[in-house]
This record gives sequence, structure tokens and C-alpha cells, in this order.
Amino acid sequence: MGVRGKETLVASTGTAETTRRDFLYIATGAMGAVGAAAMVWPFISQLQPDASVLAMSSTEVDLGQIQEGQIVTVKWRGKPVFVWNRTAKDIEEARAVQLGQLLDPVARNANLPADAPATDANRAAKDQEKWLVVIGICTHLGCVPIGHMGEYDGWFCPCHGSEYDSAGRVRRGPAPENLAIPPYHFVSDTKISIG
Amino acid sequence: MSGHATFEPKNPALKWFESRLPLVGLIHSSFVAYPTPRNLNYWWTFGGILSLMLACQIVSGVVLVMHYTPHVTLAFDSVEHIMRDVSYGWLIRYIHSNGASMFFIAVYIHMFRGLYYGSYKAPREVLWILGCIIYLLMMATAFMGYVLPWGQMSFWGATVITNLFSAFPVVGPTIVEWLWGGFAVDNPTLNRFFSLHYLLPFMIAGVVVLHIWALHVVGQNNPTGVDPKTPKDTVAFTPYATIKDSLGMVVFLIFFAWFLFYIPNYLGHADNYIPANPLVTPAHIVPEWYYLPFYAMLRAIPSKLGGVLTMFSAIIVLFFVPWLDTSKVRSGVYRPLFKQFFWIWVAVCIGLGWLGSKPAEGGYIVAGRILTFWYFAHFLIILPLLGLFEKPKAVPASITEAVLGKKGSAPASVGAQAPQTKG
Repeated sequence: MGVRGKETLVASTGTAETTRRDFLYIATGAMGAVGAAAMVWPFISQLQPDASVLAMSSTEVDLGQIQEGQIVTVKWRGKPVFVWNRTAKDIEEARAVQLGQLLDPVARNANLPADAPATDANRAAKDQEKWLVVIGICTHLGCVPIGHMGEYDGWFCPCHGSEYDSAGRVRRGPAPENLAIPPYHFVSDTKISIG
Repeated sequence: MSGHATFEPKNPALKWFESRLPLVGLIHSSFVAYPTPRNLNYWWTFGGILSLMLACQIVSGVVLVMHYTPHVTLAFDSVEHIMRDVSYGWLIRYIHSNGASMFFIAVYIHMFRGLYYGSYKAPREVLWILGCIIYLLMMATAFMGYVLPWGQMSFWGATVITNLFSAFPVVGPTIVEWLWGGFAVDNPTLNRFFSLHYLLPFMIAGVVVLHIWALHVVGQNNPTGVDPKTPKDTVAFTPYATIKDSLGMVVFLIFFAWFLFYIPNYLGHADNYIPANPLVTPAHIVPEWYYLPFYAMLRAIPSKLGGVLTMFSAIIVLFFVPWLDTSKVRSGVYRPLFKQFFWIWVAVCIGLGWLGSKPAEGGYIVAGRILTFWYFAHFLIILPLLGLFEKPKAVPASITEAVLGKKGSAPASVGAQAPQTKG
């Protein structure tokens, strides 16, 4: 009770200058804010992909079972990935396209620099041009396009009519970008590892 | 309680809102201007601590549900998944499991405080009964929560507790099958417990609102048990109670953190890290510590139905304390005999808790019977008789007099009218 009486005296002086008490208020408040923020972080962090999700971040595909002309869909990180064993005609068509004709002139290939041009060579697998590996998600709003469909012999998206050519490049909107190419590498001549 | 009149917003937008929904005014009158007795001690901070623990359990529980799977084949693994895979999952699960124990530590202190200072007496009977209802809901919630990890203790705890209802003649077995949704504790049991474990905390929150409402209608009790008579006897809730409660919470959280970061499994049972096996009961099965006194009573009575009824009565008797205590003096501070019997009763409760953790054999059972008898005698014999025979000490005329003595009323008036120019 003695303390309370003293506080009353301090308070009733009504001075505008900074007091020890002001300093203690701010220091205590700041410490409390730091503690609260430290406590909030785990509750935000827990929403991130957990260790079991991250552990499934690579997928292997056996190319030996994919016939010429066939598109196989595999799941990588919960997303569809198209692996296409292209015919000579498909490759020919893709090569014939000039960069100026493309809606998106960038390769969108995670294995190449970000500014690589969207030539067929930059889109197809390195040194094995018949293989095209793309994430099967339309760059418009996330639907899965249908293979061997549309005017450009690639994919046609059933949701909003975007069309992709035989190198997975967008040729008709509303999709803004080429189908993305995931990071992958050849484990052997007939096997790739995505991720 | 006339706080409404004191809140007059200057901001035009707030004024507009306030005239349509006086929400800020309600908060102001309840938690800012609300007059609290000036002599509240730290035992009175446990109400705030309990509100904090309820919020802590709800927040951590909602997060755990994001990663938990309520199915007999997946529940145990999903809890391990939380512990190993989920970012900070170990922390959030330990907060929730240790938080339950902290919640009970706080509620037991809160209840002992109410019993010592006579906080249940008129006009606070409804306030007290609402508190007893919260305690019952807490026990049900904690029990069902303990089942969810689906370890050995979860499964056998659920089996034993649900089997208590089989003690009732004729309808017992039917009730138990109805509780289980089958012929044994199994997936339907787990699913309904999960559903109810999520529901009950919000019911607790609802009863807490009633509890605080009732508190604000009748006003807080205080260590003297004398009602505030003049403005000198009270101080504003903010800053006095707010800061005192905050300090109490911080100290309590340090205690909590010690368990959380250094001995997170101290209050649990190692057997619960073994997946539930309906074919093998663990050799030594005991409930969580907060049920142990009741568990000791259950085992002290040599009759199935008698044991169950005794256990339930131990809680039901609390509802009648306002009428069992016949003393006109509210606070135990001025009751020399009551004070001694109160501490004996506290020791009896702790003793029963200790006995509950021991095997049910020999001397433990005899001691359990003596203490169980004393537990009930305290309420049914001692409290009613004390009011008739005890000669209480002189009760101070006012809170201010109790705090400052008879001569001290002059400086007190300055303190009570302290302008809140700071903070």
C-alpha cells in the first residue's frame, strides 16, 4: 500500500518530462511484444509443408515403358507432370515455330537460366529431344490440360480454352506462360528423376 | 458497475458505433473502470490465469486438429507425425498436453482460494455453482482429450472410465455400449470423443462468460470478506488489477515453460507412447494426476456401485457448499477453527491424490478410506457445525480499515482517488 501512495505522488506531480516509470513501461511493453511475437511464430510456421511432405519431393520415372507418341502423367509433389515421348513430326513442328510467334518467349525451364529463350531445344530434354517433361498445370488458373488436343497438337485446357503446342508452349490465351518445366535429370538412359 | 456512464468516446466514428452497439463501453466498464477491492492478493490472479489457459488450450488445440487424424489405425501415427514432421509440432503438442495440467493446477488453486475466503457465500452462490460446472466440463474435456493419441493409457483410461457407468444396476451395460458405440472402446468411441473434445472447450468458454457476468453482478470477494462500502475500498480494474493479473500470468507462464521445455513428459505416462492394444492392459494403470484424489476414493470403497457413487458425490458435494457452511463470517481469515480444518482438508485432498497413484492394496486402502471419510466429513459435518460453535475473530469495519488500520483512512482517500494520469 505504501507503494501505491508513492505512485500517487509521482502521478499527481503531472510533469511532462520522461521518468523512470515511462522507461520501465516502454521496456516492459517491448519485452512483452518480443515474447508474444516469438510465441506467434511457431503457430504460423506449423502451416508450412511439413517434413513428411518435403520428403516426397522427388519422383523417378522409367522412360522405357513410354511408347513413341505416348504422354504419361506422373505425380510429383501432388502435381501432375506430363512426360511425352514425341514423334519426329511433333519435334519438327515445334522447331519450325519462330520465337516471334510465341505468346511467351521464355523457356520456363527450371534446369536453365531464367532468361533462356523458348526454343524447342530449351524446352526438350537435354541431348534427348524426343522427351518433353512439363508440369501439367495450365498457367492460367491451375486446371490440367488434355493431351493431343487443340490446333497446335499439344494440349488444350478444358477450363478456359488455352492451347499449347508440341513443346508445351502457350499459343492461345488466356494462359500467360508456357507450361513450366520441373527440375529433373537423367539417372540412366531410360530413367529420369524429377525434383 | 456504473462504468457505462464514465465511457464517453470523443472520436465521432466511435461515438456513432457506440450508440448502436456499446461494445467498447461494455469492455470499459468490465475491465477498465470496474471497481475491484483494493486488498486483493495474488491468489486472486488465478481467474485471469485460467482465462489465459483456456485461450492457450483452444488455440493450440485448433492447430493440433489441423494435423491429427481421428481414426484407430491412424491416430497414434498422426500424433507421432505432429511430433516429428510438423514444423514446431512438438512444441504445440507439448503446450496442449502440459497446458491441460497447468489448467488444473490453476483451477485447484482458484477453488482452494474460494473455499478459504468464503467466496461461495451469499450472494455468490450462483457464481460458485457456475465455477463447479466449469470444473466438471474441464474434467470431461481433459478425459476425452487424453484418449485421442490412442496410446495404451488412452485406450485403457477410456475403457476404465466408461466402465464406471456399468456400475449402475439394470441400465449400466446398455449405457456403456451406448457410450462406446459398440461392444468395446473402438473407432466410434474415438470419433465421438474427438468431436466432443472439440465442442466442450467452447461450452466452457460460454460458462466462463456467465461466471464473469455473475462475478460482475455481485462483485469480487476479497481477503477480508467484507463488501466494499465506499469508493475508498476499491481501485479501478485498470491499471491495478490488470497489471497485477499480468504479473501473475507471467510468473505462471514461467512455471509452465519449465515443464514445457525441460520436463514435458513428467506429468504423462510412458505407456502412452505404446500404440493402443485392446488385448493387453498395461500392468500399472493410473489416471492423469488431476483425477487421482477421486480415483483413490473409487478404490477405497469395497463396492463397485458404492465406489462410483462416492466418486461422483465428491464433486456434487461442492455444489452445496454455500448452504453447508453455516457461518455468518465469510473469510477464513477471521475463523480460527475453520482455518485449521481448511488446511487439514487441503492435506486430505493431497493425501488422496498421493494414494490414487499407489497400488490398491493393504495400508493404502485403509488410509484411502480414512481420508475419503474425512473429505466428506469436512463438508457434511465440520462446515455445518463450525458455523454454530466457532467464535470468530472481530471482522474489520471496512476493507480500508483492514488495510491501513483505524488511523489510516486519511492517506487512503488520496490513494483511492488517484487520477490515472500515467499509463
